[in-house]
Amino acid sequence: MTTQWETVIGLEIHTQLATKSKIFSGASTAYGAEPNTQACAVDLGLPGVLPVLNEQAVRMAVTFGLAIDAHIAPHSVFARKNYFYPDLPKGYQISQMDLPIVGNGHLDIEVDGEIKRIGITRAHLEEDAGKSLHENFHGMTGIDLNRAGTPLLEIVSEPDMRSAKEAVAYMRKLHELVRYLEICDGNMQEGSFRCDANVSVRPIGQAEFGTRAEIKNINSFKFVEKAINHEIERQIEVIESGGKVVQETRLYDANKDETRSMRSKEEANDYRYFPDPDLLPVVISDEFKEIVKATLPELPHAKKQRFIEQYGQDEESATTLTSSRELADFYEAVVKDSGVEAKLASNWMTGDVLGALNKAGLEISQSPVSPERLAGLLKRIADNTISGRTAKQVFDKLWNGTATADEIIEQEGLKQITDTGAIEAIVDKVIAANPGPVEQYLSGKDKALMALVGQIMKETQGKANPGEVNKMLIEKLKG
Amino acid sequence: MSLTANDVKKIAHLARLGIDEQDVESYANDLSGMLDLMTQMSELNTDNVSPMAHPLDQIQRLRPDVVTEHNQREHFQAIAPQVEDGLYLVPKVIE
Amino acid sequence: MYNLTIAELAKGLRAGEFSSVELTQTYLNRIHQHSALNAYVTVTDELALQQAQAADAKIAGGDTSLLTGIPIAQKDIFCTLGVKTTCGSKMLDNFIAPYNATVVDKLNQAGAVMLGKVNMDEFAMGSSNETSYYGPTKNPWNTGTVPGGSSGGSATAVAARLAVCATGTDTGGSIRQPAALCGITGLKPTYGRVSRYGMIAYASSLDQGGPMTRNAEDAAILLQAMAGFDDKDSTSVDQPVPDYLADLNKPLTGLKIGLPKEFFTADLNGDMAATLETAINHYRQMGAEVKEISMPTLKMAIPAYYVIAPAECSANLSRFDGVRFGYRCENPADLADLYTRSRGEAFGKEVKRRILMGTYALSAGYYDAYYIKAQKVRRLISDDFKNALAEVDVIMGPVTPMPAFGIGEKLANPIEMYLSDIYTIAINLAGLPAMSIPAGFINDLPVGLQIIGNYFDEARLLNVAHQYQQVTDWHQQTPKGFE
Repeated sequence: MTTQWETVIGLEIHTQLATKSKIFSGASTAYGAEPNTQACAVDLGLPGVLPVLNEQAVRMAVTFGLAIDAHIAPHSVFARKNYFYPDLPKGYQISQMDLPIVGNGHLDIEVDGEIKRIGITRAHLEEDAGKSLHENFHGMTGIDLNRAGTPLLEIVSEPDMRSAKEAVAYMRKLHELVRYLEICDGNMQEGSFRCDANVSVRPIGQAEFGTRAEIKNINSFKFVEKAINHEIERQIEVIESGGKVVQETRLYDANKDETRSMRSKEEANDYRYFPDPDLLPVVISDEFKEIVKATLPELPHAKKQRFIEQYGQDEESATTLTSSRELADFYEAVVKDSGVEAKLASNWMTGDVLGALNKAGLEISQSPVSPERLAGLLKRIADNTISGRTAKQVFDKLWNGTATADEIIEQEGLKQITDTGAIEAIVDKVIAANPGPVEQYLSGKDKALMALVGQIMKETQGKANPGEVNKMLIEKLKG
Repeated sequence: MSLTANDVKKIAHLARLGIDEQDVESYANDLSGMLDLMTQMSELNTDNVSPMAHPLDQIQRLRPDVVTEHNQREHFQAIAPQVEDGLYLVPKVIE
Repeated sequence: MYNLTIAELAKGLRAGEFSSVELTQTYLNRIHQHSALNAYVTVTDELALQQAQAADAKIAGGDTSLLTGIPIAQKDIFCTLGVKTTCGSKMLDNFIAPYNATVVDKLNQAGAVMLGKVNMDEFAMGSSNETSYYGPTKNPWNTGTVPGGSSGGSATAVAARLAVCATGTDTGGSIRQPAALCGITGLKPTYGRVSRYGMIAYASSLDQGGPMTRNAEDAAILLQAMAGFDDKDSTSVDQPVPDYLADLNKPLTGLKIGLPKEFFTADLNGDMAATLETAINHYRQMGAEVKEISMPTLKMAIPAYYVIAPAECSANLSRFDGVRFGYRCENPADLADLYTRSRGEAFGKEVKRRILMGTYALSAGYYDAYYIKAQKVRRLISDDFKNALAEVDVIMGPVTPMPAFGIGEKLANPIEMYLSDIYTIAINLAGLPAMSIPAGFINDLPVGLQIIGNYFDEARLLNVAHQYQQVTDWHQQTPKGFE
């Protein structure tokens, strides 16, 4: 009998908060500076220095907590997590242990059309460590402490996920949320959003969790899914061949598509947490919470619902258009500016605009077509100046140039023929010249109409409105 | 309460503290003596007492999010044991 | 010149009787003459004379700060920009501090002239100045005895007139105890009164910097310049600093003094008890009411302290790893070797003892039994004080069980050394201010009277001390050979 296995996954995500200065010092957090040029005395852990807490880091943590409906601790404490590593200047990391700033909350994810609620156990503030560089130092490792002291919000989920797919969905949702809230830029290549996955398996029906392994520092959505799936397979194999899963930390190797044990972390660390005596309890008053609440932006879920109601969109379009704040804002600017039907705008956005962006590998913020120029195009579709087909030509020109839709239409003479008299003349002409298709249509072959339409469009160089043409043809033929 | 030489070695490792083999015994004695002092505290009932991490009832003050520190790398690295290309050098770390 | 107090010197400087340069040179000469005392780790001759020159110019320009031009010794625990800052340890023997402690900045701004950095127990851990990497400092009253610690160098410098005044730090008694053993005045302020930024940390929730001087008036002047809110120290208290000189002469009629019966047990040495009784009688004569109080948790102060302080210090000293500053062992084989040997070779035995103790107390399985328990006991001790100070204005008692002991006498038994902190240690746990003032001699060695006050009541402490010094002259005695 083969065991049916269930996977249990919890994610710990470290988000770098987008503050200007560090969590406990006034040094800059800007990415990409020359090594150790943004490491001040406090960041270096020089003898005698002391930490002072950054207000914005607190504000951002509370913002996050409110956005996930979590309990905000009225009183939270910083603790020292003690261990030795060269990128950890003080020999301890200032983090939070017993009393984190954000308590229980949740995030709803959608997988295969179903909504699932993923619990978030807690989120706490801590300082980031520096970076170790292992190459080019004749057998030595070089330490850059610019990153030391950057504020992190560590978000810990409940072990509620049951598949790699769910894990990815959760990670994406969280990624979207922190960017919406503008508390984190979500740049995974730069290390602003780092994921550790805790994975275990158990026979279906067993109440106890299996032994879990931790997969560290996965920096892309693609890798998360692969790494977790690989790990699940590995664990099942270990158990099924009579072994036991070891509680350990593993690193994902993207090149080999496998996880391997991290040697240096084999021994269980005794971090000897205790409240940091250099810092005092952080008190969050109800007034402070109200102030932060009032500045919360419209959250993705609420925005999606509003798009469905206000713009009459379907679930899929609404989801796509609200997947980032920039995209949603772009869309709404287009609707406002053009005054056209929301649906026309959303079709163009989800179809042509996103298509072009994906092809060129660009983000919406890098779109060569601004909301205003797109609005200009949509207006001319809506007022029948050009046909839908012509519009696609115009869009291409908008994308590859700087002219407005009006300028392009003018330059290329793309105005639709709306003079019914002129169209009628051509329709009559084509009917007369094509008795075959006419007869086929009249005897029930609807498809024959297309050939006639095609001819008419050719005659008018595509400038007749296909809808009008169609209507007129049918009227004339059916008599 | 008695600490063994092994206990001392384990603690010394946690603290990355080099201790001469010949001193281990004496540290074990000293620490055991200190721990004996500690047992006095267990006489006291502290069931409903909350731990006191700070002597005054202060709360954490918040600092505005402004960059106030600027590059002083040369100054700070002048006192460093080993630097190269602006990086602090340590024996290679194997991951 | 070197027997004058700050107040007297300030007058003399302004009257043109002498210059700061002359005054400074006099002290520098004495320091070098009496180098056998080993009070100083670093003497900053050139820098001092430069500062003295600048001070003279300021005074000529009408400057009114009492500390301008006054030669001061800085305990080698305060970071001094461009000047070696060792904390009494081999670990920092090569450490030229890249910034100034806030206290140092403040004293520089007040015009004080730094003569140098004075010796101390390694990383402030000790009660005799014998754990210093630079060797013991000698008590000027009897050079075969210890000056106390950890601010032993500071106390010796002031007692032997090798500085007008000095800064010290007190975590379990390290200002008060050496002050008592050297016959000078020392004040540990309320926790949070003086900035800890730049003051190399031993036990963060207990450490406080304070003045060590010849008398209460000088202590008031020095404290005035040292105290105040610092936004670089989260534990610094944002409370206005009163004028510490204003109430020095308030009469003491009606002052309520509490004497904890736990301090005055049969164990207290007979001579010590008699000396203190005489001292307290002076207060009765000045109109104070004296009553017995009880502080039942006081005896738990030592076990609680020797969990909390080592726990905090074990983490505070983790930054000394041979990577960014300080001692690095030669040819480390790998990272583990770098850490273990740098720390092993550069830390002394007492420091290692406390790091080991602290690491153990915080480690898995022991955290609740030791660390949390000690923090709970701390609250009980603090409550005892709060209750007592609701009934009385100040509490008095001994500073030390005995006068200065012989160099080397207590080194073999660290526990015995810890037990001698019995009268001072509880105060740090509660964060209260306290002073030690000279109260007499036993076997020709000075002993002190401890005065403990309520939170931020330093002005009252100074008043109480000052009035005593108006009717006694213990504080004016000078050790033989140093007059």
